[in-house]
Amino acid sequence: MSGRTMLGFIAALAAFALLAAAPFFAGPYPLGLLIGISGYAVLATAWSMFSGPTRYVSLATVAFFGLGAYTVGVLSDTLPYPLVLLAAAGVGLLVAVVVGLATLRLAGVYFVVFTFGLTELIRQLVTWYEVNVTRTLGRYVFLPLGPEHIYWQLLALLAFTLLAWWWVRRSRIGLALRVIGDDEVVAAHSGINITATKVVLFALSAVIMTLAGAIQAPRWTYIEPSIVFNPTISFLTVIMALLGGPNRLFGPLLGAIPLFLLFEWLSANYPNHYSIILGVLFIGIVFLFPQGVLAMIERVATLGRREATP
Amino acid sequence: MSALLSITGLHKRFGGLVAVNDLSFALAEGEIVGLLGPNGSGKTTALNMISGFLRPNAGSILLDGEAIGGLPPARISHKGVARTFQLVRALPSLSVAENVVAALAFRREPLWGATATTEAARLLSRVGLAGRENQSAASLTYIDLKRMELARALAADPKLLLLDEWLAGLNPTELRQGIDLIASLRTGGITILLVEHVMDAVRALCDRCIVMNAGVKIADGHTQDVLQAPEVVRAYLGDADA
Repeated sequence: MSGRTMLGFIAALAAFALLAAAPFFAGPYPLGLLIGISGYAVLATAWSMFSGPTRYVSLATVAFFGLGAYTVGVLSDTLPYPLVLLAAAGVGLLVAVVVGLATLRLAGVYFVVFTFGLTELIRQLVTWYEVNVTRTLGRYVFLPLGPEHIYWQLLALLAFTLLAWWWVRRSRIGLALRVIGDDEVVAAHSGINITATKVVLFALSAVIMTLAGAIQAPRWTYIEPSIVFNPTISFLTVIMALLGGPNRLFGPLLGAIPLFLLFEWLSANYPNHYSIILGVLFIGIVFLFPQGVLAMIERVATLGRREATP
Repeated sequence: MSALLSITGLHKRFGGLVAVNDLSFALAEGEIVGLLGPNGSGKTTALNMISGFLRPNAGSILLDGEAIGGLPPARISHKGVARTFQLVRALPSLSVAENVVAALAFRREPLWGATATTEAARLLSRVGLAGRENQSAASLTYIDLKRMELARALAADPKLLLLDEWLAGLNPTELRQGIDLIASLRTGGITILLVEHVMDAVRALCDRCIVMNAGVKIADGHTQDVLQAPEVVRAYLGDADA
């Protein structure tokens, strides 16, 4: 490991230790913001793990997020909490593998539309099941977990997600995914198993999203499909990752912070125009920073250096 | 000498068009063979079936006696077939070295880490790209992209190398270097099938030539004899009576 990587690790460790201490100082409102930011940072980082290199824009984030939350809603009365989380991860993995095998052949706009449709399908299936079989649409989640416990769990999940992202980027499977993203024909002719590579990384990213939903479920106390399968969550995740830059380790995280705060403020102050502003922002970010803000800053910095040293 | 590649009765249809019709030929180990023919005669389609990009409708392809026809390209690449593409296919978001490591890391006996980096540098210097490892592949000129693509094909450690107009578009100096480079591969034990329109290169490199026209093989033999055969001249220049 190089000196710079080592330094980065120590800095990240210190930052996480500092963040973990936040509940001892912060009041309930700031802690709520920290939970929201960590939740979206996890989603955006996990999203970029698969969608960054492949450029497959997935809108299925909330499908996995909601499955995680619902698994907790269904099982939290009967199973101990760690097992509930494990079950949620299992559900996410199973759905991701089945969906991955069925859809990762699709490319471009077909994939986008499919993932969006998948979310709606899962939401409708859950609704149908709850209405017709269990005869209760909403569910209560009563778990003895305070906001600080949820926050710590999310922070741990965020640390794991960042580490996984970093490891994938340096590993053979990460290179395979980048080759696939650039040119599938070359990937196939280089001996890369395209389907296996895509499914494994899609599933890893989906399991993390599922856990993010499962961990946050106790916060709502009451969950129903229209809350936990809200497509806005998918859209926000995409914008955050794109703003920061999906091909940089800390890009999605840095995109999540300002956008989450902005959306909080917007939904509190302009609840009626919220989605219009969201749409305009979405378009603006895609037009202005196609590679993300971090990539743009790097480009400007290199240009500056070049001009400084004629 | 035993046949490294042996093709019998190969067929490929695209709708009503028969692109390759009952093609049969064999390559001996260590041979450099030219696959010639006018545009649209089925040369690239034949190459695409050998590399697994297309599935044949009928016929068999044997590599070292093992059937590879219709296998997916990744499997065929592991059996020892590598290729370059008529229109260069680079991986633009990767560095030049990573483009080569992409093949080293997923071949049958994969290389990774420092070994892969060293081997990539060796292959790149062999094709004339020494010292360019860390450059972005998107910044290379067309000719350098072709060189990089050849290094990537060699990285797969192939028994059979398929070159699809690899020498097209080179200037005379580059052509000279290119011909020497390909000739040097034979000494390394690689069998080469090349689709080529540059006749100087075909004469300099190929012991044997196969000529196709409208999907059918019309000649197969020593380069000099084949290039003078009346049916070959007719395919290229048209019929005197027409």
